Amino acid sequence: MIPASFEYARPRTVEEAVGQLALAGEEAKVLAGGQSLLPILRMRLAFPELLVDVGRIPGLRGVRTDGDTLVIGALTSHHDVVHDPLVRRHAGLLAAATATVADPAVRHRGTIGGSLAHADPAGDVPAAVLALDAELVVQGPDGRRSVPAREFFTDYLQTALRPDELLVEVRVPKADAWGFHYEKFQLSAQAWAVVGVAALVRRDDGRIVESRVGLSNMGPTPVRATACEEALAGADAAPDAVASAADSAAEGTRPASDLSASAEYREHLARVLTRRAVLAAADLT
Amino acid sequence: MTDQLTGREPEVGRARVRKEDARLVTGRTNWTDNITVPGLLHIAILRSPMAHARIERIDVTPALERPGVVAAYTGRDLAEGLGSLPCAWPVTEDIVLPEHPPVAVDEVRHTGDPVAVVVARDRYAAADALEAIDVDYEPLPPVLNMEAALAEGSPLVHADKGTNRCYTWPLATGEDYATVRERADVVLRRRFVQQRLIPNAMEPRAVVAVPPDTSDQYTLYSATQIPHIVRVMMAVVTGIPEHRLRVVAPDVGGGFGSKLQVYGEEAIGLAVARKLGRPVKWTESRSEGYLATHHGRDQIQDLELAATRDGRLLGLKVDLLADMGAYLMIVTPGVPLLGAFMFPGIYKMDAYDFTCTGVFTTKTPTDAYRGAGRPEATFAIERMMDELAAELGMDSVEVRRRNWIGHDEFPYTTIGGLTYDSGNYESATDKALALFGYDDLRSEQRKREERGDPVRLGIGVSTYTEMCGLAPSRILRDLRYGAGGWEAASIRMLPTGKVEVLTGTSPHGQGHVTSWSQIAADVLGVPFEDVEVLHGDTRTVPQGMDTYGSRSLVVGGVAVHRAARKVVDKARKVAAHLLEASEDDLDFADGVFSVKGSPDAHKTIQEVAFATFTSHDLPDGLEPTINAEHVEDPEAFSYPHGTHLCAVEVDTETGRVRIRSYVCVDDVGKVVNPMIVEGQVHGGLAQGIAQALFEEAVYDEEGNLVSGTMADYLVPCAADLPDFLTDRTETPATTNPLGVKGVGEAGTIASTPAVVNAVVDALRPLGVTDVRMPCTPERIWRALRDARSARPEEGSS
Repeated sequence: MIPASFEYARPRTVEEAVGQLALAGEEAKVLAGGQSLLPILRMRLAFPELLVDVGRIPGLRGVRTDGDTLVIGALTSHHDVVHDPLVRRHAGLLAAATATVADPAVRHRGTIGGSLAHADPAGDVPAAVLALDAELVVQGPDGRRSVPAREFFTDYLQTALRPDELLVEVRVPKADAWGFHYEKFQLSAQAWAVVGVAALVRRDDGRIVESRVGLSNMGPTPVRATACEEALAGADAAPDAVASAADSAAEGTRPASDLSASAEYREHLARVLTRRAVLAAADLT
Repeated sequence: MTDQLTGREPEVGRARVRKEDARLVTGRTNWTDNITVPGLLHIAILRSPMAHARIERIDVTPALERPGVVAAYTGRDLAEGLGSLPCAWPVTEDIVLPEHPPVAVDEVRHTGDPVAVVVARDRYAAADALEAIDVDYEPLPPVLNMEAALAEGSPLVHADKGTNRCYTWPLATGEDYATVRERADVVLRRRFVQQRLIPNAMEPRAVVAVPPDTSDQYTLYSATQIPHIVRVMMAVVTGIPEHRLRVVAPDVGGGFGSKLQVYGEEAIGLAVARKLGRPVKWTESRSEGYLATHHGRDQIQDLELAATRDGRLLGLKVDLLADMGAYLMIVTPGVPLLGAFMFPGIYKMDAYDFTCTGVFTTKTPTDAYRGAGRPEATFAIERMMDELAAELGMDSVEVRRRNWIGHDEFPYTTIGGLTYDSGNYESATDKALALFGYDDLRSEQRKREERGDPVRLGIGVSTYTEMCGLAPSRILRDLRYGAGGWEAASIRMLPTGKVEVLTGTSPHGQGHVTSWSQIAADVLGVPFEDVEVLHGDTRTVPQGMDTYGSRSLVVGGVAVHRAARKVVDKARKVAAHLLEASEDDLDFADGVFSVKGSPDAHKTIQEVAFATFTSHDLPDGLEPTINAEHVEDPEAFSYPHGTHLCAVEVDTETGRVRIRSYVCVDDVGKVVNPMIVEGQVHGGLAQGIAQALFEEAVYDEEGNLVSGTMADYLVPCAADLPDFLTDRTETPATTNPLGVKGVGEAGTIASTPAVVNAVVDALRPLGVTDVRMPCTPERIWRALRDARSARPEEGSS
């Protein structure tokens, strides 16, 4: 558990950070809270030549609103996301999912930006951000661009971020009118999700108008349970209808078989947990 | 109970806050990895990435060119000064004892087997230089499955031995099992698998080896449970004369058996210190420890239980395969034998037939892990009792009542040949049932079943006993163990009346400093605060057999008690002289010698200590000391017991188990410190529950340990565990003067079967009769699915 040697840079601005990343190319890694990167370094699964520690760049931490959008700085810690009143009011799903990340020590250190840029499909934050239809703002040498969450996660631990780009903020459309629930299934209290379901449901009395369901750990990237979302649109807000829609939750997913669970069991869990998450989000429990 | 004359409350029985803790929890600690010595160099060890391979070529010279590197060695380089690592328990005459070099020379036999050693100026340089070492491995077939390993034509772990069978050890007692079996109305056969476990002490292992400098001694600091045994064994392995070797176990952060070991890294440290004349340190990382520190359990148990229709046991047949791993460590082959006598548990029967075969595989060696043999045995018999109850349609507590040894039958010699001195299974069970609310839970269970609740309730029972207090030396001889089972204590009465207790036990979390202070304070009548306990350094405490197997209190604590009694006897002679009275006329209470009938004529033990220090006025010919020592060889094992009850809720949709309530009533005899006892029980329960529900060391088909980090090997934390409701009954041991029985392993031994019995009990109405450990959600989900497809007419959901 001894990392290989590396150079260390601590830029003071995003521009400086991006410049350092551009110079180092593929050989650099961004260090924010370090909760994913440090274990990888210590186990010698990665040998970056340069760590760009963005942790002290001002302006990347904190939550604000911009019209109908909630703007969360990439360096905002999980702990702050969980407890931020704006997040709780406008994106309760994100607070609920983030509250299940690891343990308090990790939540104090780890950041929303780090979790998204690391893009572990077993993470809790990516599926929630995906369900919330967030936009991820990244900054490179040529300025900023915005990437929809649906296009951000490209493969296992891979994102649309280029080597010289830094994730700077997460823009979440306010979801005040949506019921929400994050249902996480884990093998021990601090473990990764075997499967997680991030559900948002908008009801109009007896019907479900619309739903968005993000799945953790059901493939190389976090995914949306599209078939289930379609089946729920306009469905009765009733347990049977939800159960029937949830039966399609695993459609189109490509879960892995690993030590925690087989793909078959993950598919089963996705169906059961989606039913539970949607029922809870629709206030039907 | 307060002494009516003196107002002094006895120390034994008080929930004293541990003396150790203020220092430990504020970080004033001396872990081995904290130790630094001028000129210290750091060792890193290159380990085999393959389960089994021949080392065709190895070149460490590129490592020497790396910055900061001082030396690098292959196994061959170190072989000259180092012997094979020892196995102290050759359980049979014809046991296969393979060579076990600390660093592999020609062949590696498990992933993690050391192949080269780098010594550098800092830990980073040493780790970096490992990457430069060139090794060509010629792969050999791994040997991973015990049954396949015993089959004709299997690849061999040790080709020169011609077999993967290490030994076969039989025991048959009572009537002939086959004859008894013919009388049986019911014969149950089951196979249980004790999965491989990784002990996970909080503090990783570490070694600091210091060559002779201002003294002529080597000093070996090691995170070990057994400094005294390590000293003897390292003298043998390294050739350093025993009197030139000091071994220190400084603060040690847990062991659970994993530091009851003589490790290659200790020998490597001494060998490198000797070669370079420089002090060296090695500290394992957690993932390195998962490969290099011994594992536990790993048995296949084939069981047969013969009984009458009314639930009376007739006989038990046990056929074990025990995975030794690649080599035999200090007590590897003996671990299953510690269970051999315990399979009959607390029950009476007419015949017992036991066989254990040890098998070599290309995995990390196994050895003692909390309970060592006894959890495996207890699991087997307690699961079988539940199976018998189910088979006969009988309540699982009732079937136990019909078979256990009655409280009026002690002392009782079991079918396994052990004489249980004392116990009261009725009383512990009745108390546990009442605390648990057994009848209410059974009624809720029925209601859930009737309404087809997807969350089922299950109730598990475990009425266990264990043998503690290792061990009467003559019994160890009969078991072919290579050492005795005594423990040593000495007591120094200092001139100012303060007391030093030197103990041969080696605490690593157990709180001996506190408990031994309580024992000594009571006998000597001195304040608890005036007693210091020294341990874990062969220079301070030259004699000891160390700490493992719930032995410390029963053997080492008793040694302290007896040594203190000797101090009082010696002090009485001095006091009688000073008071000009005869010894017979002296009372001794609360630390004061007084003349019977003249209470004003008295001397405190502190005054006696000072008078002995000056020695100005002692009786003619009396040796001027009241210090004393005692070496205790126990007359018998001790037998704690208890009743554990577990209620689980099983979500039949996901397979998740939630422990709803857990009650245990343990009888560990007299209790010295109830708070320490409760802590031991809590920790033990956590570890036993971990085996039932969470932990498993998993190897892939190439022999890689895939549960190689704490992300994959699931050690439960507080949030995974329920509130424990613990209570006690107190039936004193009759074989030692303190009446104590030991508590270090009780929770671990009892809880695993209680939890698994509860899981199976919840699922039995759905057609499930067993779930392999750990009972993970997926295993339960699959068991339910298989049961449904086997009984389609009942498959409703």
